Amino acid sequence: MPCIEKILVILLVEKNEQKIIQRHYLVPEHVLIKKEKVDELMAELGIKKDSLPRIAKLDAAIKHLKPEKGDVVKIIRDSITAGQSTYYRRVV
Amino acid sequence: MIMKKIGSVEFSILGPEMIRKMSAIEIKTPETYDKDGYPMEGGLMDAHLGVINPGIRCKTCGQGMRNCPGHFGHIELERPVVHSEFGRKLELLMNTTCKDCGNILLPEEQIKKLQEEAKGKVVDKTKKIMIKTKTVKKCPHCSAPAHKTTLDKPTNFFYNKERIYPTQIREWVEKIPEEHLRILGYDTTRIKPEWFIMTSLQVPPITIRPSITLDNGIKSEDDLTHKLVDIIRINQRLKDNIEAGAPQLIIEDLWDLLQYHVTTYFDNNTAGVPPAKHRSGRPLRTIIQRLKGKKGRFRYNLTGKRVNHAARTIIVPDPYIDLSELGIPEEAAKELTVPEFVTEWNLETVKKIVEKSDRPVYIIRPNGTRRKVTEENKEEIVKEIDIGYRIERNLKDGDIVLFNRQPSLHRMSMMAHTARIMPGKVFRMNPIVCPPYNADFDGDEMNCHVPQTEEGKAEAKKLMLARDQIISPRFGAPVIAPKEDGVSGAFALTMPQTEFTKETAMQLMYEIGVTELPKPDRGKKYSGKLIFSQILPKDLNLEYESYTSKIFKQAGMKPEDGKIIEQYMNKVKIVNGNIESGVIDSASLSEGKGVLVDTIAREYDSIVLEQFYHDLNRLTGYILTEKGMTASLAEYDVSNNIETLKNKVINETMKKAEELVESYKKGTMEIIPGRTIQESFEQYMMRISAEAKDKVEKAIMQEKLQYVTGEEAVLNTIAMILSKSRGSTTNLMNIAGFWGQASVREGRPKKGFKKRLITSNERADEGLLAGGFITNNFLDGMTAKQYFYHSMGGRQGEVDTGVSTKVSGYLYRRLANSLKDIVSAPDGTVRTASNSLIQYQYGEDGVFPKNTNKGKSVDVLEEYKKMKAKKN
Repeated sequence: MPCIEKILVILLVEKNEQKIIQRHYLVPEHVLIKKEKVDELMAELGIKKDSLPRIAKLDAAIKHLKPEKGDVVKIIRDSITAGQSTYYRRVV
Repeated sequence: MIMKKIGSVEFSILGPEMIRKMSAIEIKTPETYDKDGYPMEGGLMDAHLGVINPGIRCKTCGQGMRNCPGHFGHIELERPVVHSEFGRKLELLMNTTCKDCGNILLPEEQIKKLQEEAKGKVVDKTKKIMIKTKTVKKCPHCSAPAHKTTLDKPTNFFYNKERIYPTQIREWVEKIPEEHLRILGYDTTRIKPEWFIMTSLQVPPITIRPSITLDNGIKSEDDLTHKLVDIIRINQRLKDNIEAGAPQLIIEDLWDLLQYHVTTYFDNNTAGVPPAKHRSGRPLRTIIQRLKGKKGRFRYNLTGKRVNHAARTIIVPDPYIDLSELGIPEEAAKELTVPEFVTEWNLETVKKIVEKSDRPVYIIRPNGTRRKVTEENKEEIVKEIDIGYRIERNLKDGDIVLFNRQPSLHRMSMMAHTARIMPGKVFRMNPIVCPPYNADFDGDEMNCHVPQTEEGKAEAKKLMLARDQIISPRFGAPVIAPKEDGVSGAFALTMPQTEFTKETAMQLMYEIGVTELPKPDRGKKYSGKLIFSQILPKDLNLEYESYTSKIFKQAGMKPEDGKIIEQYMNKVKIVNGNIESGVIDSASLSEGKGVLVDTIAREYDSIVLEQFYHDLNRLTGYILTEKGMTASLAEYDVSNNIETLKNKVINETMKKAEELVESYKKGTMEIIPGRTIQESFEQYMMRISAEAKDKVEKAIMQEKLQYVTGEEAVLNTIAMILSKSRGSTTNLMNIAGFWGQASVREGRPKKGFKKRLITSNERADEGLLAGGFITNNFLDGMTAKQYFYHSMGGRQGEVDTGVSTKVSGYLYRRLANSLKDIVSAPDGTVRTASNSLIQYQYGEDGVFPKNTNKGKSVDVLEEYKKMKAKKN
């Protein structure tokens, strides 16, 4: 029977909860787009800002970006079909 | 078009003032019509309430029948009455507030606290308040004693065990201050609790309770009108009695009667109230009955709208029609109509249709008037027909129809077919389109719809035609493909031994419409492969491994073993539409995986594949009826060699198992990483029996292959297993070999008695035989114990199919419903009905799976092969 004789355990404790969330493999990258650039982006996408899906201002994934109401968040997700895909959300 | 966004919808109740304001007229008389048959002034059929007869104008709005929306009236109730639906709400209010001052039965500070919690909004905190006020004996505001109110459902209240009447309740709840109501969940700008007790009653317009004039001239009233008459009568009697100064007892009795009528007017199925009956003894259908349940307005009339121009009957297979055709019974075709627009090109044809039709045909003039064509006016009408007219003719061959089977789970559940009028009383469909509909012929019924506009017809033809649905949009591979007989037939045709004389070959060629007989390839004879090649596109080039060769390999055969075996094991090679080697089986033709079908569907127009299926059907039909494919018990008899091998293998396995059990009990058994000792042991035991089964299976299969490798091939279940048209090697093993380990939930059966499966076993016997190992097969029969083990596994299978269809069906329904209004917009985004975004690119890559190769938008290897072929 194989036996492990010595085990060395190192526990790495991250005190910053925010960083743990950001580092989690299920949390995609969030980038903040400032209000001034939003109109430009909307024109590019050919949509109105109201039709964007929403994200809470206090959402754990974007809290550290300190967003304001009306900002747009760009989310870069891994995608099975396209490799990477970008999504936008309106901060409320 | 003017579009407005609905911000919100609010449901509330009407107060007496509002009812009076909305009312067109107060209804006072219980009579509906006078003796001349005219509506009584102030009666329930008063002309102020709207019109239902043509030609009469509404006295309220002055419009005719078409435009008058109907108007509400009202009845002034002599004594207020509780609305039965709000009894519970009133009980809660009365139990939380004081009868004398109307304040909540809590000290001021506590109320303040609750109000602060609500932050000035209307919040329902009744539950919290109820818990606290339950024990209050005295009002903290006015020191009046507080008693419990009980509700004798639905409308009788008792305060301190004494009857309390609606007038008193009304006074009580009127006293509750606004600030207190706000934390009880009432927004006093919209709703006031005293409105739960009605002083006036709305009378609905006659449009929702029309009276029916029977053939003999007698007028019959709607159930709602009957109920309203009852209410007015009692109301009148109550008024008379009060004015005459009748004793309190009589007045109270009448009051209760009024309450009863109002309660049943809203809901004639109220618990604790006997339902009001019609003269004939039938219970009345009052407001709630009209809306509620399966037969109610919502489920029956709004969600369950019915359509015209549709037919439904039993379906039956007919392999001699094309897959995008549909056999429609004459009887149905005579009822279903299609509008035909008369143009200068079809004027003469249309006239002929009208002349020759033996069924009533309608003509529609350009101004919209319709006329039925009869024997008498036929000539006149034929002369009249001109450009711009429309006729409604019966369905004929070639018309496009939609065909559907419930449950409609995906888009292929409704496909367009071209009609073929056929004798009989059933729909006939090509059995090849069964999988997308999930249909079989054990009595299934299906629906057929006939598109009525040119746009509808064009859409059906372009988007929904059955042959264009062959590739599934779910995984990008064919869903419509030969099954069972189709695959068996193709296999029988392409077996190495199959060859035909010139006569038979010509017959086969005739079946598929080939007029030029190719040169014979086997001396004077024609091979089956040559015949099969005739139905392939002439520029098709393919090379892949057949399923048959895989089975041969599994059985341990080698190409060197014989010429015929080698031919079976060769790769399928198609060069310029000619099968050079290999056999056609499920690897070529099956649903989803069939390479041949897949390639034809992808590289050619859909009509090519439809024609291929058409021809294949004829060939396989001919070959199977000619050669015959049959099963006999003799196929499952095994030689003595196999019998001895079987016994040897089972004995070996037993010995191995014994050793394993011993080492397990001693604790010397090696443990699988990540598993417990018990788990590892179970795994080993399963592994041993699986190994034993494999060995015997291989030997049996090797022996059985002789059926197809002989000079003259035998078509039996072995051929079916080989071509994968039906059955598997495991099935064969279970009949001719032995069953092996019975399994329940991916392991040996565990549950039973204390430390044993059945009571005839020793306790704590971990061995193979006590753990559900079956050494017998279906042909020999099992021992009682083994039969029981087998049943344990069988039961799980039965339960699983039952449960998983139920669970996954509901899960799928919910998923489909949540996604049904989501569309891919013209700009490539995916949006909901309200135009908000779901995806910025359809499927994130903008690729429609139907146009992919099994989900891959580009198959690099295949493209490379194609390029290479072109270069050469």
